[in-house]
Amino acid sequence: MINFQQVSKTYPGGHRALEKVNFHIKPGELAFLTGHSGAGKSTLLKLISLMERPSAGSVFINGVDLNKVNSRQIPYARRDIGIIFQNHRLLERYTVFDNVALPLIIEGTHHNQIAKRVHGALDKVGLIDKIKCHPSMLSGGEQQRVGIARAIVNSPPILLADEPTGNLDPELSMEILRLFEDFNKHGTTVLIATHDLGLVARMKYRSLTLKDGRMLQDPLAEGAL
Amino acid sequence: MSLLFKGRTNKNQKQKKSVLAGGYFFIINIFRQGVHSLGEMWRTPLASLMTIAVLGLSLTLPATLYLVVKNVQQVSSGFEEASEISLFVKESMSEQETQTLVKRLALYPEVEGVAFISKQEALTEFKDVSGFGQALEYLDSNPLPDVVLVTPTKRHRQPNAAKALLTKLEGEREVDFGKLDIAWLERLNALLSLLKESVITITLLLLTSVTLIIGNTIRLSIMDKKEEIQVMKLVGATNTFIHAPFLWTGIWYGVIGGLFAFICIALMMWWLSSAVSSVAGVYQTSFSLIGLTLKEFGFLVLLATSLGFVGSYLSVNRYIKEIEPDKV
Repeated sequence: MINFQQVSKTYPGGHRALEKVNFHIKPGELAFLTGHSGAGKSTLLKLISLMERPSAGSVFINGVDLNKVNSRQIPYARRDIGIIFQNHRLLERYTVFDNVALPLIIEGTHHNQIAKRVHGALDKVGLIDKIKCHPSMLSGGEQQRVGIARAIVNSPPILLADEPTGNLDPELSMEILRLFEDFNKHGTTVLIATHDLGLVARMKYRSLTLKDGRMLQDPLAEGAL
Repeated sequence: MSLLFKGRTNKNQKQKKSVLAGGYFFIINIFRQGVHSLGEMWRTPLASLMTIAVLGLSLTLPATLYLVVKNVQQVSSGFEEASEISLFVKESMSEQETQTLVKRLALYPEVEGVAFISKQEALTEFKDVSGFGQALEYLDSNPLPDVVLVTPTKRHRQPNAAKALLTKLEGEREVDFGKLDIAWLERLNALLSLLKESVITITLLLLTSVTLIIGNTIRLSIMDKKEEIQVMKLVGATNTFIHAPFLWTGIWYGVIGGLFAFICIALMMWWLSSAVSSVAGVYQTSFSLIGLTLKEFGFLVLLATSLGFVGSYLSVNRYIKEIEPDKV
């Protein structure tokens, strides 16, 4: 599903964020991406979501080489990837409904379908009663769940989450991670970047560890098995 | 359409759309965004109204200058014809020769009418109107020549045609010289073309400023929605989808600004019409101001709309490209 082959990324100015990273995540797998701040987690997620291009190597998603996706095709590629941000990135002037509906509006979905699917997504994250609220009226945990609803509303095959529990207490963090587990059970491939090693230990899933841009530990990497 | 997962179908994509239906939905979506952007303007009424007022007034000035030229042309059109050519007959010509000349001139296809003023009639008239009646008594002989007044046909009253006719008439053996008083007409025409050139220059400057004002307003709007644009790009919005609301906003500014300008002009015409009628009454003429025709009104709104589109397109093309989602 997600395949990194000798991927390196150097930013203008010479900062090397990733160096010869190799890993493969199978379809329907849930994996954690860990590492200290500046280890390259965000860069790795940016490469998958086409916010950055690798300086060397190739990123494949479902067999498609992202180096061959041109700028006009990027929006269509991003529709297959749900992204969850640490700071939620919700649009304040829109209601919860509008925020969650955004990917469907962009895809040109019929408004009847939009209403149905937004209700479904909000029901899944337990926020159906907040549908008319604006993000500022919600708690941090609720805002994160709206962000998750927006990421899954168009049923993307891949879900990326960057520090999704960064600002949440342990109880809420577990609640959010259980949501990811639930999506994963329905076949979604999930990659969660986090530096909360305790959480990773509790969840018992595969963990990829980055240190200074290099992949340290990947139990499923070629040669490791 | 899924790019990375060819076989993937969402629930909302289960029904395969035909190309025709796809085009229909695309157009519907474009118009929906148009209505939405009008709603966005409505949400910030004061800012929108101020921008529209600035655009409207900027368009009012060149439109007013255009109307000034149009009305001046209407007034001067009555003077733009050389109504008469005076031919002064040579002193040596006999009365019979002069009469032959008058008859011959009447046969010219360029000539509508001919009138003869003998030197005696001219002297009497001069005595009456000049105030030098007594002084003229001391002259031994009448110094004035016989004059033939030639009225050209309508086609030959235009300055160039009249000049050509004068040259032709001066070629007659009996004619000493001719006179066509069109210098003032040429001066008027020169002034009118100076006015027209000034109007074109001012119009170009103001239209450029309208484009820049719209461009800057859209730029500020883009900057204000930077976060929104980034999120949209992250969830898969195409450039067309992101650009459309801003382009629509520019178009709406143009359309409403054009209508605002038209209303300003209409009010101004109404305000000035009674004053102009009074002035015309003093000169015992019936003159009324000409406003914009339906065609000119359409052109004004179309021009304003085009400027709105161009201004917003320049901003959209320049600034949205720079906004990329850089943080996950």
